[in-house]
Amino acid sequence: MADIVQSWLPGGLSETAKAPIRKRGLRRLMRRHSMIAFLMCLPLIAIVVGLIIYPAFYSIYLSMLNKAQTRFIGLSNFTYLLSRDVFWMVVRQSAIFALSAVLFKALIGLITAHLINNLPAKGQRKWRGMLLVPWVIPLALSSLGWWWLFDPTHSAFNWFLQLLGFEEIPWLSDPYWARFSVILVNVWYGAPFFLIMYLAALKSVPEQLYEAASIDGASAWQKFVHITLPMMQNIIAITVLFSLIVTFANFDIVQIMTAGGPRNMTHVFATYSFLLGIRSGDLPLGAATSLFMFPILAIAAVFILRGVRKRGREIG
Amino acid sequence: MSTATVASPVTRRIGFGASLRRNRRWALITSYAFLVIFAIFFLLPPYYMIVTSLKSDAEVAHMATNPWIIANGLTLDQFKILLTQTDFLIFFKNTVIVTLCVVAITMVVSVLAAFSLGRMRFWGSSILATGIFLTYLVPDTLLFLPLFQIVKSVGLLNSYWGMVLVYPTLTVPFCTWIMIGYFQSIPKELDEAALIDGAGYVQMLLKIFIPVALPGIIAAMIFAFTVSWAAFVYPMAFLYSSDQQVLTVGTVTSLIRADVYKWGMLMAGALVAAAPPLVIYAFLMDYYIAGLTAGATKG
Repeated sequence: MADIVQSWLPGGLSETAKAPIRKRGLRRLMRRHSMIAFLMCLPLIAIVVGLIIYPAFYSIYLSMLNKAQTRFIGLSNFTYLLSRDVFWMVVRQSAIFALSAVLFKALIGLITAHLINNLPAKGQRKWRGMLLVPWVIPLALSSLGWWWLFDPTHSAFNWFLQLLGFEEIPWLSDPYWARFSVILVNVWYGAPFFLIMYLAALKSVPEQLYEAASIDGASAWQKFVHITLPMMQNIIAITVLFSLIVTFANFDIVQIMTAGGPRNMTHVFATYSFLLGIRSGDLPLGAATSLFMFPILAIAAVFILRGVRKRGREIG
Repeated sequence: MSTATVASPVTRRIGFGASLRRNRRWALITSYAFLVIFAIFFLLPPYYMIVTSLKSDAEVAHMATNPWIIANGLTLDQFKILLTQTDFLIFFKNTVIVTLCVVAITMVVSVLAAFSLGRMRFWGSSILATGIFLTYLVPDTLLFLPLFQIVKSVGLLNSYWGMVLVYPTLTVPFCTWIMIGYFQSIPKELDEAALIDGAGYVQMLLKIFIPVALPGIIAAMIFAFTVSWAAFVYPMAFLYSSDQQVLTVGTVTSLIRADVYKWGMLMAGALVAAAPPLVIYAFLMDYYIAGLTAGATKG
């Protein structure tokens, strides 16, 4: 190793005499260098190709088989799904679930990030630490806690409503309240992530910009619209798109709290494909269902990548 | 802060200071007021889980008393029942084994790959780095059915070793991605100095990169830990007997199936299961947050 390295260094060898040797050595070094680098990536490539890319393509093949996986049936699974009302309800509910949850997560995240940023520096840590707790608890376990809060006979919320003289709310047994409940839990879980991302972004806005704006007589709202938002635009876009993917593909909340019911009205893509693929044992049909998520996820992914690259260039 | 510097220095010195201070104090009070409301919303469920887990069964079932407080005396019975009469400890042991293996595999694979992709470069390495980021965006709910077939074909269905096989798909891409960022931020002069001293790549990685990028490595480890501890879709789909089950699914399914809803014990189970990530978060908050924000702020 050491002798090869030496040939890199100016003055390590006499420049004129050994130039041809050096060139050959360098090429060999480069080849060896690439080889080692490639070998170090091999485990990663094995995992990504074997357990992500291959299954993704295998899923396409799987979705074109019949239930017993003995016969190739082309696109029949897809056309069957498209002809079913339940499937269209799943599409609609997934869209409602993801869009409304992400909207409220983004809003609450933005508001709380600003509130915390207003505080004196030494209090910020404490509040940030406290408000991030929902994100830290494994979602399956906090969903169980929420389920208990929504329990039909013992709901602690209903106890409170009764105390105030309101009527009880059938949180998970009425389809529309159930839809509201799963979205609420998702907002509760995901808003802290937005808070952390926005807080980090707020800190990266140069203080001089605000000072300059103050000198020009800008109001707090003007500063927000003309400085904070444009400076955070990229982070907001990345976070929203990322959250859109995660929320759209969410499984835990709906599976635990309603398992898709009542009347299949809270099913999202993930729980519906779980029902078809695992519970009913029709893997191909389940795979076909989950593949419908792909185009939406792919579009979001492309935009995220663009955003991350742009931000990478801005930061340098 | 907002109205602070609008006034010219002269007016500010005369009458503006007092109203400015008053404005700021009001802004602060409103901030605190709203933050308290949000904190109640965010902390209500964990609070209620704790309260329920410390009640006796009789009090949980009794509907007249205020459910938000412990009225009839605090008891640890629910935890006792959980640990002695259920499979909870088996779930816990399985989860610990799976998580430790997954964290170890993830760190070895992603540190090696990130060092190679971020520092050494080879033909196609930048495309590969982009590809890694994209695979991170592939959700588990898109892959669990084909992976079901794959896990079945290697004979690991209904075994927690199957989880050790598939969890790295959740952790490796992101950990590699943030490690690339950390490695790239280390100044080039360091490895040049190492090369002059005659260090090989292995020495360079072990003696320079890993120590210098230690904060990044800890952040990546925490990420891998929390993700494999909380994973739900894969064990839900691949594991069905309780001697192989992990905590998340075990708590949500097996503990319920065992009895009519024993909510006190269920909440005790959920709390004990959630404790390790919470403890890590409490002690290593800064690393935790660094790992969280790294995906978008480095790159």
